[in-house]
Amino acid sequence: MLSGDGMEEYFHSVRLAADRCKGCVNCIKRCPTEAIRIRGGKARIMQSRCIDCGECIRRCANRAKTAITDNLSDLEQYKYNIALPAPTLYAQFSPDIEVRAIIKGLLALGFDEVYEVAKGAEYVSAAVREYIAQGKFEKPAISSACPAVVKLIQVKFPELIDHLIPLDAPVEVAANLARVSHAGQIPSEDIGVWFITPCPAKMTAVRQPLAGEASAVTGTISISEIYGRLLKLITSGANNVEIAEKPDSLGREEASSEGIGWAIAGGESAAVVPKSTMIVHEIHSVSDVLEQIALGKLKDVEYIEALACSGGCIGGPLTVENRFVAEHNMRKRLEHLQKQEELQPPSRIPSPIALKVTKGFEPRSGLKLDEDIVTAMKKLELMQETLRNLPGLDCGSCGSPSCQALAEDIVQGAAREADCVFKLRERVRDMAREMVDLAEKLPQSMEKNDAGREGGDGI
Amino acid sequence: MTMEYGGVWNGCLEMNSRQVIQLEFFLEAGDFSTAGEASSQIKRILQQIGVKAETARRIAIGAYEAEMNVIIHSLGGKMRVAILPDRTDISVEDNGPGIADVKLAMQEGYSTAPDHIRDMGFGAGMGLPNMARCSDEFSITSEVGVGTKIRMVIHHP
Repeated sequence: MLSGDGMEEYFHSVRLAADRCKGCVNCIKRCPTEAIRIRGGKARIMQSRCIDCGECIRRCANRAKTAITDNLSDLEQYKYNIALPAPTLYAQFSPDIEVRAIIKGLLALGFDEVYEVAKGAEYVSAAVREYIAQGKFEKPAISSACPAVVKLIQVKFPELIDHLIPLDAPVEVAANLARVSHAGQIPSEDIGVWFITPCPAKMTAVRQPLAGEASAVTGTISISEIYGRLLKLITSGANNVEIAEKPDSLGREEASSEGIGWAIAGGESAAVVPKSTMIVHEIHSVSDVLEQIALGKLKDVEYIEALACSGGCIGGPLTVENRFVAEHNMRKRLEHLQKQEELQPPSRIPSPIALKVTKGFEPRSGLKLDEDIVTAMKKLELMQETLRNLPGLDCGSCGSPSCQALAEDIVQGAAREADCVFKLRERVRDMAREMVDLAEKLPQSMEKNDAGREGGDGI
Repeated sequence: MTMEYGGVWNGCLEMNSRQVIQLEFFLEAGDFSTAGEASSQIKRILQQIGVKAETARRIAIGAYEAEMNVIIHSLGGKMRVAILPDRTDISVEDNGPGIADVKLAMQEGYSTAPDHIRDMGFGAGMGLPNMARCSDEFSITSEVGVGTKIRMVIHHP
């Protein structure tokens, strides 16, 4: 149903529920990589350009855009299940509810163990601090924690790939650590490691890792999917009985404010403490800043924390709580934690495993018009000619996000000029004129008769 | 024949039986509001025709520095860009005032930019050296009272 451009080599978790799609243009106009077209009255996602940021999920008034995630029922396929809650999950609850209570809730939900992603974030913070201290990188270093931003760079700013910090994201580190602790005890294939996610990009990153290495995460379950049941378990206190036999995660030291803070914009920078930092969130703003870096600016900035969602992960499309409420919750929680940490500082044990440096991120050629440069140049010329004839209103009625995009689609054989409602009307008008014109031109034989009648000179 | 985002599209001609994309940008003195648009547009075109990211970036940075120089220092001018399958050729011409000592201007850190320009984060004296660094071929000629001409050629590997 979403064959898109047939580029099946990329997996995406953002999908279309075709029956709900009305073919409106809200999503195509907001997509940061112009990856959506309306064809046959339904939105279609171009696989090679989609970065799974979830902006379309947020914009769709008909809730026709969804994200494929796993369900709690998938836990049955594994003998031992570990939950990896994103710190954003904590922000969905009042700061009065302790992290410990949330962990207990997850255990009561059916998980055998919980490993906080915030723990992974602590280790990543330390590794990034070291990476920056070594100074062997192209400034500014760009955080690779947000998978949608990494993919935006792969698709739209491939020249900035070298700026990305070549480290695994906190969730991957957490998954590896969670698995390592069972090495030799439980066969790896019997362990299900589930990320409780605020966003679809993380889902895709698990299925198709950004740097091409297999993920240690089995699957992802959205926060919105489990929120209702989790809230009930937490507030009813009914979870205390069942979890007595699951001591693993409860004996472990809880994540500190440093790791938990990663849920909100500015949290990464607060943990990494670079000499100079820039924090940018919301995908279009991120794109604007990347454009500036591509022009050679911001060389004085050491570290760029770039997040696709407004406000950071707490603004993720698969969360439940309003982004500002979630931010408030998180700030209160952090304040409280930091006070506790003043009295009893967190242990700061170095990572028990070496932090895997990823192979590096590969560019994607989503914007290239053709593999052959001369053909691409010819197509570009044709595109400009086509664009000149279009009205330039960028209305989107043709199903492409702008006249420029329609011109490209026409050149690529994916649309026709008559898809433009204005061009179509022009043609209808011209045809109507021609019809009137033709209607007045009668065959010679009839014209004679007519003239005879009108003239009345009785030939 | 204006392109959607401000530049002039001079067409894609067959020259010596080779394909060329020609672009022309008019740069107004002191007009910071459009600064960077020409360079971003050039980069986009290079991406669309499949020029390697690293090369496209060098071209965009070179073009951006040239654009900024004309806007900051000159009385206005224009930038012509010819994109060929194997190289990009950028020539920038301004209408004065011209550079008295080109050798000095080419030194890193040398700048005649006034304070208000420096306050904006420009005028660090890296413009011309950066342009030279981004190019495979670089030339500059200048005449006081007439203007400055710069040519940058970057090969596509």
